[in-house]
Amino acid sequence: MNILEKEKKLIALEKQIDSLGNANSVKKLKAEIDNFKQNEMTKLSAWDRVLLARHQARPKAKEFINYLSPNFIELHGDRLYRDDPSIIGGIGTIDGNVFTIIAQQKGATTEDNIKRNFAMPHPEGYRKALRLMQQAEKFKRPILTLIDTPGAYPGIGAEERGQGQAIAQNLMEMSKLTVPIITVIIGEGGSGGALAIGFANKMLMLENAIFSILSPEGYASILWKDVTKAPQAAEAMKLTAYDLKDFQIIDEIIKEPPGGAHFDKEKVFIDTKVAILDTYNKLKKLTGIELYYQRNTKTRNYGFLQRFNYDNLGGIKNDIHKDFRDR
Amino acid sequence: MNDIGKSITKRKQLKQKLKIFQEERPFNKAQKMDVPKGLYEKCPTCERTVNKKTNIINDYICTHCGNHFRMRAIDRINYIVDSETFIEKGIGYITLNPLFQNGYEEKIQEYKKNTHLDEAYIYGYGKINNKPCVIGVMDSYFLMGSMGSVVGEKVTKTFEYAIYKRLPVIIFCASGGARMQEGIFSLMQMAKTSAAVARHSKMGLLYISVLTHPTTGGVNASFASLGDIILAEPNALIGFAGPRVIEQTIKQKLPEGFQRSEFLLEKGFIDQVVHRKDLKTVLAKLLAFHGGYN
Repeated sequence: MNILEKEKKLIALEKQIDSLGNANSVKKLKAEIDNFKQNEMTKLSAWDRVLLARHQARPKAKEFINYLSPNFIELHGDRLYRDDPSIIGGIGTIDGNVFTIIAQQKGATTEDNIKRNFAMPHPEGYRKALRLMQQAEKFKRPILTLIDTPGAYPGIGAEERGQGQAIAQNLMEMSKLTVPIITVIIGEGGSGGALAIGFANKMLMLENAIFSILSPEGYASILWKDVTKAPQAAEAMKLTAYDLKDFQIIDEIIKEPPGGAHFDKEKVFIDTKVAILDTYNKLKKLTGIELYYQRNTKTRNYGFLQRFNYDNLGGIKNDIHKDFRDR
Repeated sequence: MNDIGKSITKRKQLKQKLKIFQEERPFNKAQKMDVPKGLYEKCPTCERTVNKKTNIINDYICTHCGNHFRMRAIDRINYIVDSETFIEKGIGYITLNPLFQNGYEEKIQEYKKNTHLDEAYIYGYGKINNKPCVIGVMDSYFLMGSMGSVVGEKVTKTFEYAIYKRLPVIIFCASGGARMQEGIFSLMQMAKTSAAVARHSKMGLLYISVLTHPTTGGVNASFASLGDIILAEPNALIGFAGPRVIEQTIKQKLPEGFQRSEFLLEKGFIDQVVHRKDLKTVLAKLLAFHGGYN
């Protein structure tokens, strides 16, 4: 039984409460529901988390922004080609601190989703993000990015306008910034399309969000030539928040209520805000160069490998960073 | 003998080992790696059969239509770098299996045996027409040249070595993208390599990226697209998403020549399409223009 079926069962149980008149049996049923929530809804497999991350009712980036920063002003356009609605960017205050906020926005309805291209950005979206980040650098504003995308859009137009180049440029320019960058993965984090705005000093992640190199379906179809094996692929890919915390890819997990973020949005918003402000208060103490250095060292250490380093054996350290660090 | 003396002796011994390891490698001899299994192979563009030996002598260019066949990394180095000047760096990395995928380690071992490489990427110091530079070459015969942790690390080291030595970097890209088997670690290599390019660029050093067939996915979206000068070989497949993925998404056939080098040249994403025969001269010229640092 996956999480969506469990959720249906829970709703069915909750409906039964209204039909029951007897106070005693209502009490009994409520206890049962609580029990079900605590025991069944918290036991999640990797595939359950994938389903939750893609859940239609899951809070979208705009809802987060509305809560975090009620006075948010949206800024449009990349100044080169057009405005990409799948990435929203702008300026707002979070608890009195001015932030540049950039987010990937999924639509709430089908119509909205088509307008937003299912949160799959084109190159102009990434160039807009880059423009806003460089603006933030100019005015020494911290940057907050919210990731929620299945991936960068694979289409003719996107290729013609240099999807790969836009992502690469983003990664390169983000590594040079001297303002704090905080990233929160709120839903799906799909491949390079997610990473292109996620080169951060601190990366936070909601408990049921996912972050992976490609979709479990794609993984199953490429490696095992069988799309129906996606649940096993999700398990094998280690894409949940807990796995990524173990790998030290992300820094912090933001807890969600049992059954996913859509069961208690308010609480998730509050927790996210607290986590963001905590992280910001820590990063605020660092100077620009320290922030630059922290981000680059953090990224430098990504990877899982081993080396027989002949040069470093025998006590003489061959520090190739030294020259660069002294500057 | 005191501790320092001991460590120096140990180091010397290890250096000796490393030297043997280097001599075993065929870089310094004029020797082509691609030993033909069959005598003939079919050219994918003109569909005529080509003698493999002629092909190898002709630097993997089809004698009939000038199609560029894929080239192994070692052949590429022998072809581009002045003879006896290449010194390989960054030896001894071991590919691990972070996600415990079934059969991944065996696969790597098999590719290692077949390609005579440690990983899908090699780099080192070399001279092109007597101009020193750091050269990195990806090998598309090694698991489609995909970028895992080790490839990402070695690319980063390429730039760090070039920063240390104040040298320009030339990278020949040939990759299907990030390596799926290593999951999220492969993805993060995109950020790592891009940051390395930024640091190298900040020192005022030159980076030439040469895109060969194929350059797609995570490699295209990181260091391959960040060169100060981007060259490409004719008719190479260059793009972010693979053509099959795009066809599935938009549900129609792609136009002829889509995502090829000439297409990208027209759209303004590469500086020049260079024939393989001219590549060495063009690279040498570009290095000479930026020779102030050496």
